[in-house]
Parts: sequence; structure tokens; C-alpha cells
Amino acid sequence: MLPWLNQSLTWGNALVLFLWAVVFLFIVLGFVTYAIYFERKVIGWMQLRVGPNRVGPFGLLQTVADIFKLLIKEDTIPRKADRVLFIIAPALAYVPAFSVLAVLPYTQNLYFADLNVGLLYYVALSGISTVAIVLGGWASNNKYALLGGMRSAAQMISYEVPLVISVVGVILLSGSLNLRDIVAAQSGGWFWDWNFLPQFIGFAIFIIAAVSELNRTPFDLPEAESELVAGYHVEYSGFRFAFFMLSEYVYVYAIAALTTVLFLGGWHAPAPFLEFVPGIVWFLLKFAFIVFFLFWIRATLPRIRVDQLMGLGWKVLLPVSLLNVFLTAAYLELFIKN
Amino acid sequence: MIRTEELLLNVGPQHPSTHGVFRIIVKLDGEVITEATPVMGYLHRGTEKIAENLNFTQIIPYTDRMDYVSAMTNNYVLVHAVETMMGLEVPQRAEYLRLIVMEMQRVASHLVWWGTYLLDIGAMSPFLYAFRDREIIIDLFNELCGARLTYNYMRVGGVKWDAPQGWLDKVREFIPYMENKLEEYDRLVSGNEIFLARIRGIGQYDAATAIDYGLSGANLRCTGVDFDIRKAEPYSLYSQFEFDVPLGKNGDCYDRYRIRLEEIRQSLRILKQALASFPDGGETMGKVPRAIRPPAGEVYVRIESPRGEIGCHIVSKGKAEPYRLKFRRPSFVNLQILPKLLVGETMTNLITILGGIDIVVGEVDC
Repeated sequence: MLPWLNQSLTWGNALVLFLWAVVFLFIVLGFVTYAIYFERKVIGWMQLRVGPNRVGPFGLLQTVADIFKLLIKEDTIPRKADRVLFIIAPALAYVPAFSVLAVLPYTQNLYFADLNVGLLYYVALSGISTVAIVLGGWASNNKYALLGGMRSAAQMISYEVPLVISVVGVILLSGSLNLRDIVAAQSGGWFWDWNFLPQFIGFAIFIIAAVSELNRTPFDLPEAESELVAGYHVEYSGFRFAFFMLSEYVYVYAIAALTTVLFLGGWHAPAPFLEFVPGIVWFLLKFAFIVFFLFWIRATLPRIRVDQLMGLGWKVLLPVSLLNVFLTAAYLELFIKN
Repeated sequence: MIRTEELLLNVGPQHPSTHGVFRIIVKLDGEVITEATPVMGYLHRGTEKIAENLNFTQIIPYTDRMDYVSAMTNNYVLVHAVETMMGLEVPQRAEYLRLIVMEMQRVASHLVWWGTYLLDIGAMSPFLYAFRDREIIIDLFNELCGARLTYNYMRVGGVKWDAPQGWLDKVREFIPYMENKLEEYDRLVSGNEIFLARIRGIGQYDAATAIDYGLSGANLRCTGVDFDIRKAEPYSLYSQFEFDVPLGKNGDCYDRYRIRLEEIRQSLRILKQALASFPDGGETMGKVPRAIRPPAGEVYVRIESPRGEIGCHIVSKGKAEPYRLKFRRPSFVNLQILPKLLVGETMTNLITILGGIDIVVGEVDC
């Protein structure tokens, strides 16, 4: 992709880029469709249920049917809602979710954009989704939605900070913000060369903050169904609702891929003698494990309270992530530099 | 200075965590509640008034529908009141069956509470585990009396059905199973940091307040007041069996949680003893006159339902129908303390506290 990006923009180039984006969009939609199916199956099995098994073989078409249902549903806009913002919010939630995927590298050669500030780009864009959620909650003119939106704003701001600082250690170790360089810096051959062991503090904080960024259990406060009914998207129906859900699952994809890249060595094999297996397989395995982990904790943990969440974010995660930066920097200064 | 307004938020009657059609109007300052007004009556069916036109056997199915999570104890309080009034003898076998189903009902009821409470707190899986285990009890009841929820099992003077063949053995098998599962529950949930952070010190009150508000059941015992009607005024056969009354210290949601789980253990203990001394033969119905006409007068009896003290006050004029029938419903009385507890709490704690009180709206509204 890189040569394409460096060329001047012509109609031909634009068309090719557009086609790639469309292909990728379908890959992501396919992922979301089966991630939802997978989540429902996994949680179903953990909860003594069978999960979806009626639509198609093994229920494989369940999500397709669900999406189709959402498509043909009536699109309601509350009379007292702010129409323009109400309509913009779902799109605004989805656009950054899809855009961040551009910088994620899958193997040595399979990637879309090779930005040298890839990580920064990811963090900056993903922050925009918060605006969409607050907007959706506000524009609905519903008290529950407003509370959900406000909670989400508070939560995402408090967790964005430790999330960013927790990856500073990784950046220090690899000396680059480019996600491909970060993976390349983990290529020791063995799995202990991956960042999750040397950066275990950063890894733990990153996972906690990432789950919170995703608004998933135990941090699913913006949509806490037992308190706020559905939170910020309570007034949304049909495909607008689907867009919020879609962006949520696209972020699951993005976070799982980012975790793999930053901490789990991307496409590197865990041991030198396993290197005959193609890198994409390793990437997908690690990626799938993170996705499974996110679904797993949903079936395991209760929801944290909103003030405890803030306390955890500002009083625990932030200082610890700063400490991690300090330790990493000190280590590099004392042992590696010379 | 930015001017801020209080937000008037209507929680319920259609809300996932109000356990039915209960409604609270809360005033919120940010997420902090400054005032809470419970609104009830959405499930009011006028049971007590209807009962004035029914004979006593006909009233029994109505009691099923009050606290529909614990129908057996409701059955019992009515038939027990009538029996007390008329001075009827209940055969041993019938009394044993009653005690066994009441204790099984207590287990089932606390399981529903345990599951839904964790669902309120945001953990979904325990709900399904609890219902798996409750299902066994429900199936046993179904085998006994043909209904899964509204049993209509007890009659004035005895019980309607004798235990089918092999039924008691199934109950015997259930006890060790449930004991195992309780340990699993403890492993899964009771030590969870997030869960403990959510319920420790929440909804706290002291013994004097609890007594002032007329609380009963786990809501009272969590403050350390040792009052369980099964011990304090033994009815049925409770005086023959050994069991402990679990008590709390701090009067918070955590204590209520521990007490309810421990009560399941104690119920299993009672069940074990009752099954061991279960009489071999005997009648399931005592000698009851054809028309049940309690003598003119009044009676108030109370028993320990899973939710607290359930009482039945009958005023009779010597007819087949009661002149006045009044149920003291523990859910309704326990709910009184809610507005006081909610002031100063957050929206999230509202759900924790309401769930901790353990109400059944069918009983609140009656």
C-alpha cells in the first residue's frame, strides 16, 4: 500500500484505494457478524445454554438475520430529539472505529497504511467515538440516555489517559510509534521477547483500560442495562442502533489487533522451531485469544460502580502507568544505552 | 457559577431491575439521589377484598399469587391461621410434608434472589446457575402437586397430595447436590472484589432503625437482631429440629447477602433432619368439618417467610367466609425504609439497595 499512498492522487489510484477499503469493510463486517455469533455461543456455553442454533446450520446465520431485522425495522426519531445530532451520532461513532483499522499491520507485508505515527493516530481517532456517544445520549433527549452519555464521557476520558501512558513503555522499548516497527522490535524468536513480559505492568494496565474503552463488562456503565436500561442508545432503533453496535464490535476487532501488535509480538511465532507456520496464522491465533478473553470476562465479572471506576482510573491506573514509564526509561538509560 | 438543575427521573414501572412493576421517582443531583418516592400498586389485585367473598379453601390459590416466589409459605400462613382459630389437629405426616416443602421453598426463593441480585449488579451468569438449581426444586414441586409456581398445595387440616413414590428420595439426593453448589457459588461470587466493593457498606442501618421501620427477615437480622419466628415462636415442627439463625453485624447489603446464603444451608440442614424422621405412614388430611366455619373472633398468626414475617389476621363472624382478612406482607413492610436509605446514594446504589431488600411486587401490592 505504501507506494500507492506516496503517489500523486489520480482517478486510478483513488479507485484502487476505494476498492481496497470496500474489500476491507466486508472483511470487518464479516468479523463483526461472526464475533457476535461467537460471543453468544461462548457466553451461552458458559451459562449452561446452547446459544443460537436455529437460523442456519449451528445457528450460523443468526446474526445475519438479526442485522436484516434491524435493517427493515422502522427508523424512529423521538419528536423532541435534536434531529440533526441524532442522525449524525451513529455515523460519527462508526467512522473513527473503521478509520483506526487502517494502521494495523497483520504480517510483515500485509498492512494498509504504514504511518510512522500509527499508534498516535489510533489513539487520537478512537477518542472521537466518545463525542459520538455523548452526542447520541444528548440528542435523544432522554434522561437515561443522557446519564449514559455523561458516564461514557467521564469513563472514556479517565481511561484514555492510562491507556496512552501504558503504551509509552512499549514505545520506549521499540523506539518508534510505527506499529510495524513495534512488532519488528519484538522479533527475538521466543515468546519472552514479546512486550507482554518485559512490559507486564503496561500490559495489565492496557488490558484494563482497553476493556473500559470498549465499554464492555465489567466497565459497561454507559449502557448498564440493570440501571440505565440501555444507556446512550436507548432511543435508537433500526439501523442507527446497529451502527452503534457495529462500532462497538469494530473496536473489539481494533483493540484485539492492537493488543496483539503491541504486546503479543504480532505475527511472530512463539518459538524459533515454529516459524514454518505463516505469520498470519500466529497473528490470528493471538487475535482470537484476545477476542475470546473479552467475551469470557463478560460472562464472569459483575459491573463496577461508576465512582469506583473513576477512582480506579485516576488513583490506581494512572500512577502505576507513570511508574511503568519511569521504570522502563530508567532501565533503558542504565542498562541498554551504553 | 453554572446553574445546575435537579433531574427528576422516573425509574419503573417498566425497568429491568425493579423486579416487576415497582416504580420509584428519584430526584438526581448529578448521579446522587436527593429524594426518592416509591410508587406502588401497579400489581394490586385486591386480594384481601376478594377474599371476603370466598370460603377459606378458595382463598388458598390467591395466597399463591401474592409472593409468587414463595407460594408454599403463603399457603401455610393462611391454613395455619384457620387451623389455629378452629383448633384443628394436623396429622404428623401432613405437617412433615408442609415443613419440607416450606424449607425447599425457602431454598428456591433465596436462589431466585441470589441470581437476580447478581443480575442487578451486572453479573449475568449466576442468574442462570441459580435457576438451574431452582429448577430441580420446581420439578419436585411439580411432581408433588402438579404446579411449578402457584402450588395450591396446602389445605385447612393437612395437605392436598401425599408425596409420590420415590419423591422423598429425590429430595434426599437434592440436599448434597445443593450443598455442593453452594460451595461453588461461594467460590464464583462471594469473594469477587468487584462484587464486594459494590455491596460492602451499602444500604447500612442499625438495629434500632430496623426495628423502628418494622423490618423483618434478613433485613432485620443483618443488623444483629436475633429474631427468626421459627425460633422465637416455633410453629409447625420447627421446635424439633436443630438449626442456626445466621446474624449480621453491620446491617449492609453484604450482611444480607451472607445471611441469605447461610439460610439456604440451614434450610438444607432442617430438610436433612426432617427427612430422617419422616413418619412412615399416616393420613395427609386431618378431621376437618365439611364446611370450614371458624368460630366468631379474631386471630393473628405469623410465620417466617423467606422475606421476613408474613402474618395473617382473620376476623371471623362464624361464617364460611372471613369477615375481614389481612395479610402482613414482609415485602411491603420492608420497603418502607427504602426512601430513607436512598437519599445521598448514587443511581447505581439504588439498584443494589432495592435488590438487597428482596421484594416481590406481587406481595408488595397484594
